[in-house]
Amino acid sequence: MIKATASLPVPVKKKNEFLYFAFKNTKLRVGLGILLFFLVLMVVGPQLTEYEPTDFVGPSGAPPSADYWFGTTSFGEDVFTQFVYGLPATFMVGIIGGGLATVLGMTIGFIAGYRGGVVDEVLNILTNVILTIPALALLLVLSAYVKVRGIFIESIFIGLTTWPWAARAIRAQTFTLRTRDFVDLAKLNGRSALKIVFTEIAPNMASYLFMTFILMFGGAILTAATLDFLGLGPTQGTSLGLMMNMAVLWSALPLGTWWWFVPPGIGITAIVGGLYIMNVGLDEVFNPKLREM
Amino acid sequence: VRRYFGRKLLIYILTFFIAVTVDWMIPRFMPGNPITILISRAGLRGNAVSEMYTYYLDAFGLDLPIWKQYLSFWAAILQGDLGTSIYLFPTPVKDVILRAVPYDLALLIPSTLLSWWAGNKFGAYAARSKKLDNTLLPLGYILTATPYMWLGILLAWVFAIVLGIFPVAGGFGFDLQPDLSWRFIGSLVHHWFLPFASLFIVQFGGWAIGMRNLIIYELESDYSHYLEALGAPRKLVRRYAFRNAMLPQLTGLALSLGAVVSGALATEVVFGYPGIGYLILQAINNEDYFLIQGCFLFVVIGVLLANFIIDVAYLIVDPRTRTGMQGGAG
Repeated sequence: MIKATASLPVPVKKKNEFLYFAFKNTKLRVGLGILLFFLVLMVVGPQLTEYEPTDFVGPSGAPPSADYWFGTTSFGEDVFTQFVYGLPATFMVGIIGGGLATVLGMTIGFIAGYRGGVVDEVLNILTNVILTIPALALLLVLSAYVKVRGIFIESIFIGLTTWPWAARAIRAQTFTLRTRDFVDLAKLNGRSALKIVFTEIAPNMASYLFMTFILMFGGAILTAATLDFLGLGPTQGTSLGLMMNMAVLWSALPLGTWWWFVPPGIGITAIVGGLYIMNVGLDEVFNPKLREM
Repeated sequence: VRRYFGRKLLIYILTFFIAVTVDWMIPRFMPGNPITILISRAGLRGNAVSEMYTYYLDAFGLDLPIWKQYLSFWAAILQGDLGTSIYLFPTPVKDVILRAVPYDLALLIPSTLLSWWAGNKFGAYAARSKKLDNTLLPLGYILTATPYMWLGILLAWVFAIVLGIFPVAGGFGFDLQPDLSWRFIGSLVHHWFLPFASLFIVQFGGWAIGMRNLIIYELESDYSHYLEALGAPRKLVRRYAFRNAMLPQLTGLALSLGAVVSGALATEVVFGYPGIGYLILQAINNEDYFLIQGCFLFVVIGVLLANFIIDVAYLIVDPRTRTGMQGGAG
């Protein structure tokens, strides 16, 4: 009871302070702005175009013009249409793949960091083992054997192979928190380990967890783009990586149809870059030492 | 030190063990039957199908109990036998891979080491200098967010197609035979440059940002403030900060190897550069399962070796472990 009344004014003030710095932080605003722009484009885009991504709508290999904003492919498909229809795949891979990686990383990281001892050793070794095996090589081999692939399966594969990064970071952070006084106090109160992790430890590193998720989000998008580019992505549908794959496969390079492969790359780079910049901004908001006045 | 190495060695052995097991499991537990594919590719009919089927089952030892197959897989690997390539029949997988490895090493070693060195120097230089921080670091973030293959495509387009300075694809000129002439070496370097540059550029961004952030952390730490309070020159403080920041960057180098190798695989495909990445894609497209297995194993072994080298370097660089080795009170 005393605790509740004493600590009540603090979070309110703190929240305002965070919001204040969050709003003032240019990096956060820029990153968030880029992300929002692409999200809006993803939602509105299909309304802006009258075509389907695989429709043959115009002259083949036409440069960008008023009719075809991003030009057309060698088959006469509209690049802009493909671009906006490819965006959902990018975000989906980020959310599912990055999300799964974060959840797995949290589970392993919390258990290892909180339990310590032998459990920690074993999980640590497991993490290092998976970390050492190049994820893409593993993904290539997996994708080679699964003949029918959707974006969902791709995201799951990516999540399953990239979690060690998150696990390492979260374990280290949990380790520093578990010996703090408030955790000891909770232990003395006889709370279960699970409850302590979720009510005492996780909230104290919420910002950190969120930032881990953002990094995994971006990483998953990049990995998916590489897989798609190699022709091992989803076997149906459109994605930005698949566009690059088609462009290179159907010799957009020697033909000089740059509008075919430049937009998808810009899209991926902008989204992932936006995420990373947002992450730095968040870091500065949460960690006053890094703020540059 | 011995304990440290013992743990590392355990991790390496375990990684190798798991990698081999995964390698062995994938074709056996995945949907799709490699043998059926082999036979359908041969275009056989009627009786010949079932006869070839039993022949292949026998030849690859797939009719044995699972545990026996597993043991014989290990036995073969330990003897350096990775089977025969289907796509480049009858060359052994090992020979196919060994032919590709020099190209990988020529790409990966210089691009990784140089970008690490240059990125660290540049990041340390940029930290807390307002102009560089605000103009060039966003560039660093953009670079780390760039997919390797896209940068490769852009470089190929600008320098090979538009400007025509560098060749688009291949490891050396199509009109040349591998020999030790200057012309051939020149052609090798010429073809090597663009893939190298694209790997270098993407990695450079990551190291520069990492170093910049670490230096800022170090400059904000107590020992730096203490040094400053004592009136130590700014240059000295920064030098100490740089040295302290090097250690996490060295660990980062080991951790990033997997990602770098992944990037190299994609880059090689863009440039048709005849390394392992290009080979893996060929193997996948031709459903050459032995070659896929072999490539995967080779990539894992390569990363493990590189990790080991970095571990040794870490021991030499880190003063704490160094005193431990000399029997000091570390």
